[in-house]
Amino acid sequence: MARDPLISFDKVWKTYGQGEAQVHALSGVDMTIGRGEFVAIMGPSGSGKSTAMNIIGCLDTPTSGRYDFLGIDAGRLDRNRRAVLRNLYVGFVFQGYNLLPRTTAAENVELPLIYRGAPSGERHERAMEALEQVGLMGRQNHTPAELSGGQQQRVAIARAIVTRPTLLVADEPTGNLDTARSHEIMELLTTLNAELGLTIVMVTHEADIAAYAQRTIGFLDGRIASDTRKLEVA
Amino acid sequence: MVWETIRLALRSIRRNVLRSFLTLLGIVIGVAAVIAMITIGNGTTQKVRTDISSLGSNLLVVRAARPDRGGSTSFTPRQLDDKDLDGLRKGLTNAKAVSAASQKSVRVVYAAGNVAADVTGTDTDFFVARDWNASTGRLFTEQEVRGGVNVCVIGETVRQQFFGAGDPDGLTIRVSRMGCRVIGVLQPKGTSGFGQDQDNVVMMPLPTFQRRIAGNRNIDAIYVAAQDGVSTSTVQEGIETILRETRRIAPEADDNFQVRDMTQIADAMASATATMTGMLGAVAAVSLLVGGIGIMNIMLVSVTERTREIGIRLAIGAHEKHILIQFLVEATVLSLLGGLIGIVLGLSLAGAASLALSIPFAPSAAVILLAVGFSALIGMVFGFFPALRGARLDPIDALRHE
Ligand SMILES: Nc1ncnc2c1ncn2[C@@H]1O[C@H](COP(=O)(O)OP(=O)(O)OP(=O)(O)O)[C@@H](O)[C@H]1O
Ligand SMILES: [Mg+2]
Repeated sequence: MARDPLISFDKVWKTYGQGEAQVHALSGVDMTIGRGEFVAIMGPSGSGKSTAMNIIGCLDTPTSGRYDFLGIDAGRLDRNRRAVLRNLYVGFVFQGYNLLPRTTAAENVELPLIYRGAPSGERHERAMEALEQVGLMGRQNHTPAELSGGQQQRVAIARAIVTRPTLLVADEPTGNLDTARSHEIMELLTTLNAELGLTIVMVTHEADIAAYAQRTIGFLDGRIASDTRKLEVA
Repeated sequence: MVWETIRLALRSIRRNVLRSFLTLLGIVIGVAAVIAMITIGNGTTQKVRTDISSLGSNLLVVRAARPDRGGSTSFTPRQLDDKDLDGLRKGLTNAKAVSAASQKSVRVVYAAGNVAADVTGTDTDFFVARDWNASTGRLFTEQEVRGGVNVCVIGETVRQQFFGAGDPDGLTIRVSRMGCRVIGVLQPKGTSGFGQDQDNVVMMPLPTFQRRIAGNRNIDAIYVAAQDGVSTSTVQEGIETILRETRRIAPEADDNFQVRDMTQIADAMASATATMTGMLGAVAAVSLLVGGIGIMNIMLVSVTERTREIGIRLAIGAHEKHILIQFLVEATVLSLLGGLIGIVLGLSLAGAASLALSIPFAPSAAVILLAVGFSALIGMVFGFFPALRGARLDPIDALRHE
């Protein structure tokens, strides 16, 4: 707990709609996540998990309250500044992979580096490195249509880590995969967390997937209902 | 980054070849029309200029005026006649030649063949004024003109039609049922600036023409060649003074005839060409506008289709301006492509036209560059709104889009 805080929510509210139709997706959430942590977020459908993830990943901002990321008041930044923050420090993994269709694995992985203005030689080198890290050497010229679901999710993970981010945000990364493939992906994420010190925040509905994380935060009706840590194995 | 964006644009255009092509049709047609018209117009102008200079810059043409000058709509033009001609012949001191001519397009027959040719009745001075000679045989003489003899000189085209490689000298052709003995063949002059074959002609003495072909004593035009070293404007003043006198025109009244030198005629022709070019320019502008709207439409479709892609790009760190530029470049490349196809098509059309009309092929680098610039501009202008729409998307909504 003495770890350097990377993410800090201070009474974060997120409200959609007006008047009668008003929905509080988040109702005053307080939480802190330190650098290097691997956190699973669980909770029933509609409890505000994705809403919280969007704010954590700097895609969205709180309606009220304060969100600090890397000590920066990220909730007050405009959309282009948040884009820079995402490009430099955040990697995203989605349930539906979200790769560009008809575009090779290597080109998909290079994409975040393009928006950094990296030269093409360096981009390619780093993309190949990232593909190797996720165990997809030799598949760099395959398009998403030519890859299995598990392989596509590996490409998406390679794209997320190619920028050497501080934080990986994964909203139901195994939601579309079978059990065996899900465990392979989780082993990969565990390795990345252990070897690169990558902070991971992941949403899941399955306890055995959440078990890979060191800490599990439970959401209920836009609030944190539980926060449990695995006992450190000595 | 720039190259990446252009490659990306080309890839997305290639992915929908047919759709892209149909979108471009407006731009293609607009640019092709402009390029073809201007190239053909330039060729025509060049041809007219060379024709005029070959006619001789010292030539003036007198015709009965059309009531086209400001205000005087009530006046009637008066036909040129022998009195006008005699007046000019006697009164003009600085003219090398004064010649009367009348013309009609009639059917000319020889043996089993027949052609429609321009038949001109004139005098010997006509050939002096226009600096025209016989290539074989001879021209008619003053005696033959005065006597109204049935002789004629034919143009090269007519000779080829009837006699092939043979010599027509002394043979009789029928011009509108009148028998006419061929005494010579004129030097070929080729096609005029308006695509008219100047060798498809038959020349005969004016009295013969008036009596047997026209059936009246009218003179269509009087040609005056200025003496060497005398300016056409000096001669023009002389002509006007004499004709006002022979026609007894009151001092305050307008001329009822018209004198023009060849440069004025060339200018008139050029301005006619310019009017035509202007009109087609308007058609082209409309089709470019339609083309631009087509591009806007297809870019809106493209942005909608690729909402998810935009969401992904925004999520991983693209700025608004990256997305804006991506779609703007795509629209510009698309429109530029249309422009290039249009230029190639326009130049091909102009090339074919210049062959058919035997005018010079005169493409203008400036106009081609302008077309390139203009089509790029259309892409940018009409691509801007769709691109902005894409750039302004909310990444979360865009990612959720199906
Ligand atoms: N853009 C939006 N407009 C209106 N309401 C929204 C919007 N996004 C989310 N909500 C509402 O906010 C609440 C929380 O949604 P959220 O997507 O965070 O749930 P979740 O925990 O991720 O659920 P799931 O497990 O189904 O993904 C829901 O009631 C949802 O209807
Ligand atoms: Mg969700």
